[in-house]
Order: sequence, then C-alpha cells, then structure tokens
Amino acid sequence: MILPRWRWWFLVALLLAVVIAAIYLPILRRNIKQAAKLQQRSEEQARRELTQPTVINPSDPKVKAKLFWASGADDGTVSAVTVDLPLSSEPVLRAKQVLNTLLAGPVDTELRTLPPDAALLAFYLLPDGTAIADFSEALATSIPSGIQSEQMAVDSIAKTLAANVPQVRQMKILIHGQEMETLAGHLDLSQAFVVNTNASPRADSGGTGSSTSAQQLTPAATAVKLAASPSDAAARP
Amino acid sequence: MLLDVGRFIRKSIRETFSMAVLVAAFFAALGAAAPSAGQGGAPAGAPQTQPQPTATPPAASATATQNVTPAQAGLNIVVLDPAHGGTDLGARGTGGIHESDIVLEFAAQVRTALEAQGFQVVQTRQGNANPSFDDRSAMANAQRGAIFVTLHIASTGTPGTARVYVMNDMAAGVDATGLIPWDRAQAPFVSLSRKLGDNVQALLAQRFKGSPAAVQTASVRQLRTTAAPAIAVEISSVTVEDRTQLDHMVPGIADAIARGAAAFRPSYVLPANPGERP
Repeated sequence: MILPRWRWWFLVALLLAVVIAAIYLPILRRNIKQAAKLQQRSEEQARRELTQPTVINPSDPKVKAKLFWASGADDGTVSAVTVDLPLSSEPVLRAKQVLNTLLAGPVDTELRTLPPDAALLAFYLLPDGTAIADFSEALATSIPSGIQSEQMAVDSIAKTLAANVPQVRQMKILIHGQEMETLAGHLDLSQAFVVNTNASPRADSGGTGSSTSAQQLTPAATAVKLAASPSDAAARP
Repeated sequence: MLLDVGRFIRKSIRETFSMAVLVAAFFAALGAAAPSAGQGGAPAGAPQTQPQPTATPPAASATATQNVTPAQAGLNIVVLDPAHGGTDLGARGTGGIHESDIVLEFAAQVRTALEAQGFQVVQTRQGNANPSFDDRSAMANAQRGAIFVTLHIASTGTPGTARVYVMNDMAAGVDATGLIPWDRAQAPFVSLSRKLGDNVQALLAQRFKGSPAAVQTASVRQLRTTAAPAIAVEISSVTVEDRTQLDHMVPGIADAIARGAAAFRPSYVLPANPGERP
C-alpha cells in the first residue's frame, strides 16, 4: 500500500516537473534571445562610439553657425537658427561638426527635420566640391515617409552645408555606405543635390561640370567621373 | 481496486517513465515550435514580395490602352499612379492608415472625374501590386499625348491640405542619338509639368484652405524618369485620427486634378515625332 502510494507521488512529482519544464522552457528561450539582442545593441553602440569621436573641439574659434531646421510653419520650409559653435577650419571636420549638431536637433524637438536616432557615419569631400555624406540606416527608416518630410530633411542638410562649409558644391547622400534609390520611398537619392553653385572647392581639378550639371549626375557618373560633363553622365543605354 | 492499480503501475512503471520522457520531449518540441512559429509570422508576409507579377499587370494594361488609343493628336491620356503598393505601405499613420491602400481607393474616384473630362485613364496598378518606379514611368513613356499624375498621402503637413510637386529644373541630357535619356526623361517636360501643376494647385488652394497657392518643387524619384508632363499630388496626412477626414477630401482632389488637366490641354502641343522634345 505504501510503496504504490510513494510511487504515485513520485509520478506526480515527475509530471509536475515536466509541466514546469514545459512552461519554463519558452520563457528561458525568450530570455536568451533578449539577452542576445541586448548584447548586439550594445555592440552597435560601442561601434558607433568608436567611429564617432566627439568632433567638437572647444579650442576652435567660436563662430555663428547657421543650422536649418523646420520653420514651424507646417509648410515644408526650413529656416536658419544661429548657434555659437566652435568650428574647425578644415572643411571635412567642419562639415561633420555642423551635421552632427544638425542631427542632435533643435531645442524645440517639434522642429526636427532628421530622426533623432540617425547618425552621420562618414563624410568625404572630393576635390571638385562634391561631398559624400554617409548616414546610418535610421535616417531612411525612421524618417516620416512623404515628399514633404523627405524634401525637408534633404533641404535642412543641404542648406546647413551651404551656409557653413563654403567648399561644398554638391552633395550625395549614402545610407550605411549604400547608394539608395530613394530616401523613404519618395525623394530621389540616386542623384547629387546642389548645395552651393558658387562653392569654392579646395582644388579646382578642371571641373568642367557646370553648376547646372551638378544635380543631374547619375550615380554611375558620380562614382566614376565626378567632374563629368552632362553628356557623359547621360550616356546610359 | 487500489492494489490492482498498484500492480498495474509496478508492471508498467518503465512504460510510464518512457511516457514521461516522451511528454517532456513533446512539450520541449512545443516550446521550440511556438517561438519559431511566431518568428515565421513576420516573414510570412515576405512571400508577397517574391512573386513579382508586377510586370504583367502594367504590360497588360499598357497594351490594352495602346489598342484603344484613338489616332487623334493632343492630350487625351492620363496615367494615374497610386503610389507604393504590395509590401511597400508608404506613409503609415498611428490609426493603422496606410498610404498604399488609400491612394488606390482615391485613384478610382480621380479616374472617374478624369473620364468625365474626356480623358482616357491608365492606372499603373489596379490591385495591391508594387511596380518599380521605372515600370510606372514606362507606362507613361509608352503613351503619346499623356500626362502623369502620382498620388500620395503625406506623414506631415497640416491635415486637410494638399500640395502639388514637380521635379526641380534639370539640365536636359544630350544623347548622341537625339533621344531623351531615361535617367533624365523629365528634363524637357519640367516647364510643362509646372504649368500643369500650377493649374491643379490653384484649384486645390481654392478648395483646401492652407494649401500653397503655387506648385512646389522636389526631386521626386517617380517624376524623374517620366517623359511627360508629370506631377505628384500629396495630401496631408496619414496622421488624421479618423480616415473619413481624408475621404472627404477626395471629391475636391479628384475635381482639381480633372479640371486642372482639362485646362492644361491647349498648352500641351505634341511633338511631331515620338521621342522628340515637346
């Protein structure tokens, strides 16, 4: 009588263990997955911190930088806000400094033109005045989709560069190192945007590309021959 | 009775253990299957992107219109483009509103208004397909005497307003053959697009207070490769709490596009040969 009863308890305990295991296993899996994701995110953060040293140098002379955020009129226009910033005289560093400040956003977050989680990954300036700005994926994924919102984002970047970095003639936007067809489904990123038609590039590398041809450079032409004439840029089957 | 049961257990104790192991294995499998089923849920939508029958509907409708295109010269076709579609939902509102769905429904009403003005309407997509930008442009570029209207709902802007966009000025590409390069197909048409855009925007401004008075420029990807007077109409916005707010705008939008296009008719003189600049 006692032995079977003991065995009954044993069986019940076993079954209970099975049930607990069945419940606990998925929870454990979920926890492990979450932990893995968390680790991935912190790696991403660490990478960003490594690739993005603080570019602001307080010893640089403070200048009145003009940063273009939304005008607040809800009509898709951007307006300049003057900010005292210590800016480097070196154009690439200067561009990084103003773009990072632009990404950080205005005091009134309602007037943001770029998503808060977007980051500038790299910035290059070619001798002919073509700037290549490489942004993180968040710029494309977190921006509100639409012609107005996307145009506003590009406007704020282009006008800020034009106002603060006189060496930039035109600008090409990359997303995580890739050429994109559109920013978020509307605005054309396959071409370079005119920043400043009167730009004074560092070295005039015989750039035959007139100010009007800048906007029309095709991606292929931009990559291969940045100072290409419009007819060269057009050669595509 | 109890003794019977005890004996039964004693006999089948090994079987019970193996059963318990089996049950444990079953639950473990269930636990493993459940999360993977959950993960499978998301990519389940992905197959929608893979079958790309997008080429078929445009081709089919393009040939259909070619067959019915009358020989008369002048503007008589409107290529109407409900933007996005398929897995590309476009702008998304907090209330579960998707740009891709709404523009498709709106296109039907715009189409009716255009047909009332005597236009033939070619739609770049009928259902929930997502033709490429080039596919959509190609449908307009294959027509003679067509204009192109792409419909959008914005994520921003004052709700209840609407804006018309045209491509910024582009230098016309010079091709050795004298043909218009695909990359810059819109270049020779920019001034005509602006005229059409101004027509439509003026009508929209009358109807929807707060809308700009004149057409705006933006480098819209869809317009760049379109070799026809082309405009993008963007309505604000998907952020409305109630979709009916947007629905109420459609008759006004449809009317503005149809009347704007009709008023544009005399301005659009077709070039003598296909492929020539206007």
